[in-house]
Amino acid sequence: MSDRIREKLNILADAAKYDVSCSSSGGTRKNDNKGLGNSHVSGICHTYTEDGRCVSLLKILLTNHCIYDCLFCVSRKSNDIKRAAFTVDEVVDLTMNFYRRNYIEGLFLSSGIFKNADFTMERLLLVVKKLRLEQNYNGYIHLKTIPGASDELIREAGLYADRMSINLEMPTEAGLKLLAPEKNHADVIKPLDFVQKQITQFSADKKLIKHTPKFVPAGQSTQMVIGATPESDKDIMYTANAFYQNFSLKRVYYSGYVPISNDSRMPVLGTQPPLLRENRLYQTDWLMRFYGFKVQEILNDANPNLDVDIDPKLSWAIRNMQHFPVDINQADYKMILRIPGIGVMSAQKIVQARKFGKLRIDQLKKIGIAYNKAKHFIVCADSPYQLRDYQGTQIKAFILAESKSKYLKTDNNQMILF
Amino acid sequence: MIYIFDGSLPGLLTAVFEWFERKPGKVVLKSTGMFQPEAFAESFTVNTDTAKADRVWTGLQKKLSKIWLRKFYCSYLSEIPEAYNHLFHFLVYIFKHATGAEGNYGNEHVIALSKYAKSVEREKHRMEAFIRFQKTGDGLFYAGIDPDFNVLPLISNHFKNRYADQQWVIYDLKRKYGLHYNLDTVSEITISFAEGINKQKPAPGLMDENEALYAALWKDYFKSANIIARKNTKLHVQHVPKRYWKYLTEKIDV
Repeated sequence: MSDRIREKLNILADAAKYDVSCSSSGGTRKNDNKGLGNSHVSGICHTYTEDGRCVSLLKILLTNHCIYDCLFCVSRKSNDIKRAAFTVDEVVDLTMNFYRRNYIEGLFLSSGIFKNADFTMERLLLVVKKLRLEQNYNGYIHLKTIPGASDELIREAGLYADRMSINLEMPTEAGLKLLAPEKNHADVIKPLDFVQKQITQFSADKKLIKHTPKFVPAGQSTQMVIGATPESDKDIMYTANAFYQNFSLKRVYYSGYVPISNDSRMPVLGTQPPLLRENRLYQTDWLMRFYGFKVQEILNDANPNLDVDIDPKLSWAIRNMQHFPVDINQADYKMILRIPGIGVMSAQKIVQARKFGKLRIDQLKKIGIAYNKAKHFIVCADSPYQLRDYQGTQIKAFILAESKSKYLKTDNNQMILF
Repeated sequence: MIYIFDGSLPGLLTAVFEWFERKPGKVVLKSTGMFQPEAFAESFTVNTDTAKADRVWTGLQKKLSKIWLRKFYCSYLSEIPEAYNHLFHFLVYIFKHATGAEGNYGNEHVIALSKYAKSVEREKHRMEAFIRFQKTGDGLFYAGIDPDFNVLPLISNHFKNRYADQQWVIYDLKRKYGLHYNLDTVSEITISFAEGINKQKPAPGLMDENEALYAALWKDYFKSANIIARKNTKLHVQHVPKRYWKYLTEKIDV
């Protein structure tokens, strides 16, 4: 018995690991029935795998049997791998016992499509209902919406899940068609839109009727595979931006493609996953969501791809030197946020602290800004007088000369400047 | 002038009261444990007085937001010797200035407190993440920890709310006290461990019959979730510093 469950867990956790969403934040469930679990507003990462990715949820597939044959997916029908399926009770038991030992924040349940969409969605729904209704479980649940499942099933699932997600898989329709001819973006958009409308409806009702139940309180997310098909960074981020805007997504995840097949349409086995590119895309995503940048400022026809050697904020600053130097003691919060080397927390501290007197270099360093980067873009109370204006390219060279990128060791594509 | 206090929170608050009473000029606050007599410095021993401490605390509540009261308390829980002096001068600074003075991140005591508080909150968050309960034969969920800072008071509510339907004990092996939840309330306990017992990982004979299975399943899961092609040991260790590995079921070899 215990050997079988261990084997199943190995197969179905292995198959689920390419889904990168690990977020456990945004849940609002309180433990008011003296049951098990309550949400932590910012989520908790309970451990990190040896690849440095956080583990907060028990992320598994209900089954890796699948009727589809998507080239990028390890569970595709034609792939010769071991197949397994959990029973509803097995998933419930694992979740409860892992949660009780403080291993996890909750459950991330996905599934291959067996028989059809409705049949699969029904099974997922059985698991979450059993957890919520029979086990008094209030921990986090992230549930995959199965494209093509009926509205009724999706709507009912939304009453028990904290987050729901559907993966776009490829950033463009053309890319998706190349690797998964049976699928298209419209199949993803329809249920995303349906869940979004329900969320809006429930929160409107909540304002009128207090005991309106929760509906997907932590919102929706999606994921794109990066580097399997030849899209530019601009294609990727414009798609992400559109989905943030049209469906109020909480997150878009970018998953560097890890080669799993020898098909000639994709990077071959043994190719390094594009970790640096993935990192730059996340940085851009953060600039859009927390730093007030429009995606068009960072990526456009003149700059369709992100710089590899410097981060996108620095890259933007160097292309837009007309905005700098910024006076730390005078400028708007919005402009301070745009200075390379200054993050959200430091920007907030600066705006508060300067009310008490003009800030000096030593104070800025203590506040925690990356001064060596920021110094090229700011003036403060005791900035040294500078005789000449440096060009953006010169500043870039200065910064590169004194920084050591954590990627330098592994990345052979670094350009040598001079 | 050196002020010496007993290391307690009321003691620290009393020290502030005494300073305003006497106005002795420049003062350094030290706790009894770290005080060594110096040839040329006068010293004054603060006698902890709860009435005086209460007056200071009440006054402080009027001047600081909840967020800053918490930063103050967290900094105190850091137990870092230099933090006491910063806490003392922070209070003096706050009482001497109009409300809102805590926003002055250019002030060395303000920035020091915000850094201590950040470290303590990080440790608190790590305990919420890294504590691993083991179910004992009598159904109690046990975890032994030795956090860098005294964070038990900060994590009590989190665990009480989360694990409302199971009895648990979290024991600080370094500070020799713990928390016990009895399905109703959390109380402070001390345990006298039997000679030779492993306080972090009690013997299998004392455990629930399924404990070993779930620990094995969790280790399996941890291995399966890893993507070998993305191996990044530096990042792994940065997120899970080695000193915490002894807590973590998934990092301990059986």
